[in-house]
Amino acid sequence: MLSVKDLKVSYGAIEAVKGISFDIKDGEIVALIGANGAGKTTTLHAISRLLDIKSGTIMLDEKEISKMAPEKIVSVGLAQVPEGRRIFASQTVFENLKLGAYLRKDTVNIENDIKHCYELFPILEARKTQLAGTLSGGEQQMLAIARALMAKPKVLLLDEPSMGLSPLLVKEIFSIIKEINKSGTSILLVEQNAKMALSIADRAYVLETGKIVLSGTGEELINSDEIRKAYLGG
Amino acid sequence: MANIKDKIKNIYKKKNSGVMSYTIVIGLYLVMEILMKTGNLTNLIKSLLVPCVCYIIVAVALNLCVGLSGELSLGHAGFMSIGAFTSVVVSGTLEEVITNDILRLVIAVIAAALVASIIGYLVSIPVLKLEGDYLAIVTLAFGQIIKSIIGNIYLGIDEKGFQFSFIEDTTKISENGKMLISGPTGATGISRISTFTAAVVLCIIALIIVYHLINSKDGRAIMAARDNRIASLSVGINVTRTKTLAFVMSVMLAGAAGAIYGLNYSSISPAKFDFNQSILILVYVVLGGLGNINGTIIAATLLYILPEMLRSLADYRMLIYALILIVIMLVTNNDKLKNRINELLRRKKKHE
Ligand SMILES: Nc1ncnc2c1ncn2[C@@H]1O[C@H](COP(=O)(O)OP(=O)(O)O)[C@@H](O)[C@H]1O
Ligand SMILES: [Mg+2]
Repeated sequence: MLSVKDLKVSYGAIEAVKGISFDIKDGEIVALIGANGAGKTTTLHAISRLLDIKSGTIMLDEKEISKMAPEKIVSVGLAQVPEGRRIFASQTVFENLKLGAYLRKDTVNIENDIKHCYELFPILEARKTQLAGTLSGGEQQMLAIARALMAKPKVLLLDEPSMGLSPLLVKEIFSIIKEINKSGTSILLVEQNAKMALSIADRAYVLETGKIVLSGTGEELINSDEIRKAYLGG
Repeated sequence: MANIKDKIKNIYKKKNSGVMSYTIVIGLYLVMEILMKTGNLTNLIKSLLVPCVCYIIVAVALNLCVGLSGELSLGHAGFMSIGAFTSVVVSGTLEEVITNDILRLVIAVIAAALVASIIGYLVSIPVLKLEGDYLAIVTLAFGQIIKSIIGNIYLGIDEKGFQFSFIEDTTKISENGKMLISGPTGATGISRISTFTAAVVLCIIALIIVYHLINSKDGRAIMAARDNRIASLSVGINVTRTKTLAFVMSVMLAGAAGAIYGLNYSSISPAKFDFNQSILILVYVVLGGLGNINGTIIAATLLYILPEMLRSLADYRMLIYALILIVIMLVTNNDKLKNRINELLRRKKKHE
């Protein structure tokens, strides 16, 4: 579905991603885990074209997308939930969801899909006329995910959805991610929270200072000594 | 809790179709017309009506750029200037061809809006692609440059057609012809075809355009791009395009208002549209409230009329004007003061 080959991305002279390759097959949840500063966000931004790549290829279903305009990426089936709960603070929950469908031509189905989002996240329905900036952290994260779903993506890119949330909320969000995946959306999950990410991932890659140092199925990695020592606290 | 309630109220305010704005403008228009017909307006007030409405339009237009789109422009007076001089040239040229004043005015206003938006578009190309307050810097410089350029244009027309020169006046206009723009002097001998009614009609058209944009999908995208650039890109909004749309609409309206303004005087000089004017318009917007169209209309009206009313105070005029500005600024932007005023109001209500 989505495949990344020899991707290099740099900020000026500093190379943040140093030639990584990975892929996501149809219907998979793939996790990209790594410590702070490993290059996870940089990788996601390169895929969704918020950053220019230095070299490498990014293919979605046989289609090269690494030269596309950032606003076109959504229309080929990739939607990103950016790091840090970037919602449209001065607009209502409902309007945020509508903006998620900004590029969709099938306007008649949008109302229905908003209803579907409310089923997935009932709290958003209760808050639908509230300004998004007044939501709690967890609600904002849910809104950011729901908004991305409104684009009807084939692949959903999630950047640290657990960041700054209580363990209980993290559990809730991850079970919803799993549910989204079950209904047919492939997922690239970027996380520092390795334990949670590996628990739902089919496969995972470990990123360290811009390089992939380990990969395997979620189960393999959760049981590997290296991962235990480095990411799961022993 | 009260805060959230206020914010929810704001949503409904935002969703409105602008009924309040139209009411204010039409109300002001009717009151002024009645006062005028019954002979109750001084000449001073009469002379202020058209420019006041023009500044309302430019301020509403600037709010589109600063409030809705979050891009600071410090050169809107420059776009007014472009509109004013374009309209003067168009109207002056067509004077013998189209004798109907209203038709000539309409053509001049459309031409002014067109020229202002084309120049605005060209100015915006290099800057709106970038993040940050580059538009403020570029429009600041633009305002000054336009003032200098128009101040050095010599343009005249006679039976042989247009004659143009730059910096030095080398035009030789025959007796039958006339100068349209004469360098720093600007334009003179303008036939004053603007009317209060025309200004108000343009104001209503401007409001229709602005409210239509605010409530449209493009308007939502403009606000989204202001709120969060990365999130906007992530849902597929072309941030550069939406910001350009807001800016070009804004300068188009400023140009149109400039046309009505220019054709209201028998002479105008390019020095009239300087940096101070741009700042003054920005003051109307900030005091009226970013994104608040009704506030902008009221602030522009009061703050345009006020200094004229204070004229009898001679030298103290600007001092008092500045003090009033500072007080309004403190009251509208200081949460503590706002709360105290709210408390006072509440106490009053309780007593009642
Ligand atoms: N805008 C930037 N300019 C320069 N360096 C950056 C920028 N953003 C990130 N970096 C650097 O790139 C590296 C990877 O960052 P990032 O992708 O944000 O990591 P992660 O998301 O894994 O925490 C870090 O060393 C970081 O300091
Ligand atoms: Mg990151």
